[in-house]
Amino acid sequence: MLVQILFYAFALVLLAAALGVITVRNPVHSALCLVLTFFTAAAIWLLLEAEFLAIVLVLVYVGAVMVLFLFVVMMLDIDIEKLRSGFTHHWWLGMATAGLLALEIVGVVVARGLSPQMDMKAGATPLPAGASNTTELGMALYTRYLYPFELAAVLLLVAIIAAIVLTMRRRRGLKVQDINAQVAVRREDRVRIVKMPAEKAAAEKVP
Amino acid sequence: MITLQMLLVLSGLLFAIAVAGIFINRKNIILLLMCMELLLLSANMNFVAFSRYLGNIDGQVFVFFVLTVAAAEAAIGLAIVVVLFRLRHSINVADISSLKG
Repeated sequence: MLVQILFYAFALVLLAAALGVITVRNPVHSALCLVLTFFTAAAIWLLLEAEFLAIVLVLVYVGAVMVLFLFVVMMLDIDIEKLRSGFTHHWWLGMATAGLLALEIVGVVVARGLSPQMDMKAGATPLPAGASNTTELGMALYTRYLYPFELAAVLLLVAIIAAIVLTMRRRRGLKVQDINAQVAVRREDRVRIVKMPAEKAAAEKVP
Repeated sequence: MITLQMLLVLSGLLFAIAVAGIFINRKNIILLLMCMELLLLSANMNFVAFSRYLGNIDGQVFVFFVLTVAAAEAAIGLAIVVVLFRLRHSINVADISSLKG
């Protein structure tokens, strides 16, 4: 019963925060609402006993992706008023689409269920005593899914390189040290010996 | 006890909110990216729910991969937004029309 109450509370917070993401005028507040959404989703996953993914969601999304979002939102000097001026242009179309979508999904799920074999009103499969979600996930990830796992790692590497290459720029007129040129320099490039005739006539005049 | 039905309804509503957000925030590209994260979250919630109710861990492995791809997508997407802002001094979607012909 307590779990059910908690679930309803979290679901309410989740939907409210998601509504906040799409309606708040300030992008920074929007990003903060998204943080709340992910956090609440992680709590719901904890209730479902998917602990590892809940922690990963908090670490990866709240810790990394949302910080990146906030960073970009604050770095770019955006004129919010101009961006929001056409806010109400398509709102009725969006609302109608979203309402229809919600009605269809909820209707299908509530009225019919997915298949006769699947009991929609049943609880989650009970885990055996001493079962660890992390161990189980690791067993699947490092045996059957090892190859996709490696591919995911390569994908992340590609993403890192792409992000760096995209945002790197070379400023014009910047004075930088060229170490290769410094090391490769030879005596002939720097020192010039100028032969000049000794000025005897001037030296004789002095005494 | 949390039933599968409750979870599916919740993720359906979340999906609908995210779709509405894409329509409402058609100008700000950063908010579009945020709405995409919401869509992925609702899909992930379905994966976790089915994984738990069918007693099969594969669904959670898939969520793991979806999170990976979503993180990569967010990083590259935001990098593109930064470059775009440098070039155009705007992140309005309507301003990105060079390929319109």
